[in-house]
Amino acid sequence: MSTVATDIQKAVEDAAAHLYVWALKDIPQDLRDAIRDARERETSVPGQRVLDTIIRNVAIADDRTTLVCQDTGIAVYYCRVGEHFPLHPARIYEALYDGTERATVEHPLRSNTVHTLTRENTGQNVGYRVPIVHWDFVPDWDGLDVKCVPKGSGSENMSFLKMCVPADGVAGIKRFVLDSIVNAGGKPCPPGIVGVGIGGSADYAMHLAKEAIARPVGTRNPDPEVAKLEEELYGLLNETGIGPMGLGGDVTVLQCHIEHADTHMTLNPVAVNYQCWAARRASAHIAADGTVDFDREA
Amino acid sequence: MADRKITFPADEETIRSLRAGDSVHVDGHIIGIRDRTQIRIFDQGVEPPMDFSGAFLLHTAPGVRKIGPGKYAPVSIGTTTSARMVRFTEPLGRDYGVRAICGKGGLPDEAIEPMKRYGMVYFAIVGGAAALETTQIEEIEEVAWEELMPECLWKFRVKDFGPLTVGIDAHGTSLFHDVQEAAKKRLEDLYARL
Repeated sequence: MSTVATDIQKAVEDAAAHLYVWALKDIPQDLRDAIRDARERETSVPGQRVLDTIIRNVAIADDRTTLVCQDTGIAVYYCRVGEHFPLHPARIYEALYDGTERATVEHPLRSNTVHTLTRENTGQNVGYRVPIVHWDFVPDWDGLDVKCVPKGSGSENMSFLKMCVPADGVAGIKRFVLDSIVNAGGKPCPPGIVGVGIGGSADYAMHLAKEAIARPVGTRNPDPEVAKLEEELYGLLNETGIGPMGLGGDVTVLQCHIEHADTHMTLNPVAVNYQCWAARRASAHIAADGTVDFDREA
Repeated sequence: MADRKITFPADEETIRSLRAGDSVHVDGHIIGIRDRTQIRIFDQGVEPPMDFSGAFLLHTAPGVRKIGPGKYAPVSIGTTTSARMVRFTEPLGRDYGVRAICGKGGLPDEAIEPMKRYGMVYFAIVGGAAALETTQIEEIEEVAWEELMPECLWKFRVKDFGPLTVGIDAHGTSLFHDVQEAAKKRLEDLYARL
């Protein structure tokens, strides 16, 4: 069985190498549509100039098959592992690590990963605990889904956490999200996707916020209460006037996505994770026999 | 809001003729600079081996391919967030005669006064638009401090670099300041509806 395991590890590594570069070059259709809609709504002159430039930039990346943005980010993967998938997560991690490194060397991609204290570059977009991988395990299934989200630092630097108290209520959550996005101004490359994580614990709220930005643009949380809050915040955020690249305008965010978890009766955590307009993501489904299907829209 | 074409290095008069909101395209030479480059100059006191007088500084850490000793070809050249580097604005104008700083996301209000005093502007570029930016760079002519890769000092020759928006002019106007002030007023109304 070791031959099978080696082959499937290679299949996952190849998929990761492809996903990382593909995500950086070819942004999903839902995002392209959201940017077009934003351009149609925008009335400020600098805002229109920014959105026209973004649309032109995406077209150039398509024509020349080049990177949309120079920030190749920190490689983040979301894995859904079927209980019967024939490769252990320890080896899946190894494959994602090797695939990220190989893509960086072969393309070549700018290497961003540094030791957090010495700031010395640690290699080819890999290092200690990098890439960052999130896991979900699925019973009664033998497949693997991998989503690659190269996360740029301009938007990641605009991440915020507040431990609201229960008495702050939902109004406290809304206020913190609004304050965060106004405070971020043009720094995270607006208009982008505001990811909000509510509930759970401090760390889990931020994890949920990051999961929210990785969803297809404009999808709604299945919980109707949460979906309603997504709609409301989306509207409120676009009334702040921050505008494209913070130069003022009608479109400050392309979307607001929220993920939630139940929490302790004394907790009311809210986390904000921003994703820039270049909201890159690409996915692959790997079957138990090593067959790989790529899906840009997942 | 005018559409302007400016060649760099540029003189003070040209820079003072710009107004916040103007759209600008740039020809000539621009210098790439980033956090570590400026920490070396100002915190470690190392003189930069390039002439900054009249210069256009771009906040960048380019993705490049090495094609020979000290010679690089662009792979993907884009722009980083400027706000991190605001404290260097004053000495860049006062000690080195820099005329323009270009990056994304704006500079905080502490940049307004030095820009007015020394005759400098901040150009806001579209962050993330590296595919376009890379096509506007004709050549990487020089690189210094390669050991800081990719945060070296870079000299690029550019053609029609832009569109850039004058975000802070040399007369004390900052679009970023104005947008923040307006947003804070709107927030008061929005809070009332929560």
